[in-house]
Amino acid sequence: MRARSRFLPGGWLSVYAFLYIVFLYLPVIFLPIFSINTAPTPKFPLTGYTLQWYEDLPRTPALLDAAWNSLIVGISASVLSTVLGILAARSITRYRYPGRRAINGLIMAPLVLPEVIVAISMLLVMLQLGLSLSLFTVVLGHVLVCIPYSMTVLTSGFEGFDRSLEEASADLGESAFGTFRRVTLPMVAPAIISSLLVCFTISLDEFIIAFFLTGTEATLPIYIWGQLRFASKLPGVLALGTLLLVASFLLMTIAEILRRRAARRTQNEGGLYA
Amino acid sequence: MPDQPRIERPHPERPQSEKPMIEIRDVTRSYGAFKALDDASLTIREGEFFSLLGPSGCGKTTLLRMIAGFDNPTSGSISVGGQSMEGIPANRRPTNMVFQSYAIFPHLNVEQNVAYGLKRLKLQGAEEKRRVEEALAQVSLNGLGKRRATELSGGQRQRVALARALVMRPKVLLLDEPLSALDKKLREQMQVELRRLQQAVGITFVLVTHDQYEALAMSDRIAVMFGGRIAQVASPKEIYQRPVNRQVADFLGGMNFVKAEIVEENGASLVVDTLGFGRVRTDKPKAFVRNGGGATLGIRPERLRVLWDNATAKFEVAGKVVERHYFGEITHLIVEIPGLEKPLSVTETNDFGADDIPVGTSIRLAYDPEALVAMAD
Repeated sequence: MRARSRFLPGGWLSVYAFLYIVFLYLPVIFLPIFSINTAPTPKFPLTGYTLQWYEDLPRTPALLDAAWNSLIVGISASVLSTVLGILAARSITRYRYPGRRAINGLIMAPLVLPEVIVAISMLLVMLQLGLSLSLFTVVLGHVLVCIPYSMTVLTSGFEGFDRSLEEASADLGESAFGTFRRVTLPMVAPAIISSLLVCFTISLDEFIIAFFLTGTEATLPIYIWGQLRFASKLPGVLALGTLLLVASFLLMTIAEILRRRAARRTQNEGGLYA
Repeated sequence: MPDQPRIERPHPERPQSEKPMIEIRDVTRSYGAFKALDDASLTIREGEFFSLLGPSGCGKTTLLRMIAGFDNPTSGSISVGGQSMEGIPANRRPTNMVFQSYAIFPHLNVEQNVAYGLKRLKLQGAEEKRRVEEALAQVSLNGLGKRRATELSGGQRQRVALARALVMRPKVLLLDEPLSALDKKLREQMQVELRRLQQAVGITFVLVTHDQYEALAMSDRIAVMFGGRIAQVASPKEIYQRPVNRQVADFLGGMNFVKAEIVEENGASLVVDTLGFGRVRTDKPKAFVRNGGGATLGIRPERLRVLWDNATAKFEVAGKVVERHYFGEITHLIVEIPGLEKPLSVTETNDFGADDIPVGTSIRLAYDPEALVAMAD
């Protein structure tokens, strides 16, 4: 092969790659652009630059309520699914038992199930259990969809955790609790924080399950959906959407950095033998 | 430090203590019906470099882990320094371990790794620093204290693992295949260094290995294990020259086996008839237990020497070279002897031209009857 071809020097492949990226991100770029436009209708050409829509956001009580609800749901769902994920990931990575792979598959399944089906099924179950719809039922639903993400992050952090590290700590005189505090926790902390951030982000953005399982209390995506009926509210929605977008992007980036750090910590054995 | 002889035992510079350090009494470890360790008894002396040698699955690692406190005997007892280890968890035992994977804490730097166990002792800051530096100097890692574990080579990691254990000043240092991840050259260098280190610190070392050369080169005494049982405990020289059975003989390098009929047996010696070597009188091994009228004689390939031209020896056998394999410093000859069911392996150094002996040549081999070892069938 010619060395030149490795650098995509023009040609069809780079055109394709460019169009691909544009297709993925162009719609997303429109959001922040129109959110600082003075005209309330999202149309080109832009009429002027303003931050008015952003300034209006904190003055909307319904929005603040929805944000507060999303915060509660996001924190509860991320903590719950991370705790459950830690237990499952530890078991999957540390022990060998029959059905281990099947169990792992079942835990990961909600990732590929149609969300609307999951939402309807959960709704049926909640009603059967006699639970009235509230933020609590939304949290339960979000835990279900968050656990696969939590598992992915945590297993990559726990995988290859050399059991002899804990033995070495005990061998050097440390108690079981001391070993957990001085070895286990520092090693897996980045993965745990990463899992919390990923789950929080997913819960924050999740619409379908929240829509089916919430009672009268709206989360942010539900609030946004409700506002779309009023053309005059659109700029506010765009501003809010932009903020959510930035928040998600930041949280996911931090989460990925932490996940990689965790994976590096546990998997640095091997490779360096010389 | 001048080079020390590698194989000379015992070491005249530090007389061996006869005081027991580790006593293993009738220890069995069962996993269901499988016995990883089967009624093993062993005494390891104070200040000794002791090796547990055997193929994988022979129970050597299980025994080491029970001394460390990571596993418990199903029955039997283990004591260290005269104190029973029953019910004492790993973190309160006077032993420290160098793990096969080294188990260096990746989130800590070299100094913090070495100081890990000292933190519990609540030493003064200066005293802790002094001990860490002393331990790093012992393993020639001075100046690398601030490095992260991820920035170290395999050999350096192993030194950190050693320093981290030695800094605790244990009564016993346990080493679980510490050299198996290193390449050949580094491994041989570390064998010498480990031996020197052990002599310098005077701590009892217990090494688990499946590499017979490693065990022979480093140990004061070796226990050879098979299938959960201890087959022989002796000095490297005795293990190599006087193996108790064919299994031990085979595991410790090449050995020619020759069928023999027992003609006469008394307290110290044994007279046997063989087809290739005729009638031979040999020392009777301590562990020899007669099993019918037969026995096996063994002779190491390097104890057979090629007789050149018209040279003669008091004891010789004649045969024909059927194969020749060149290994650089030595040549390996396969020699067929009339009457023997299996041809003999002979290793000959190349200084006299053994590498030029054509296949098919008739040659004579000299041997010393002392080199023939009798083993029960």
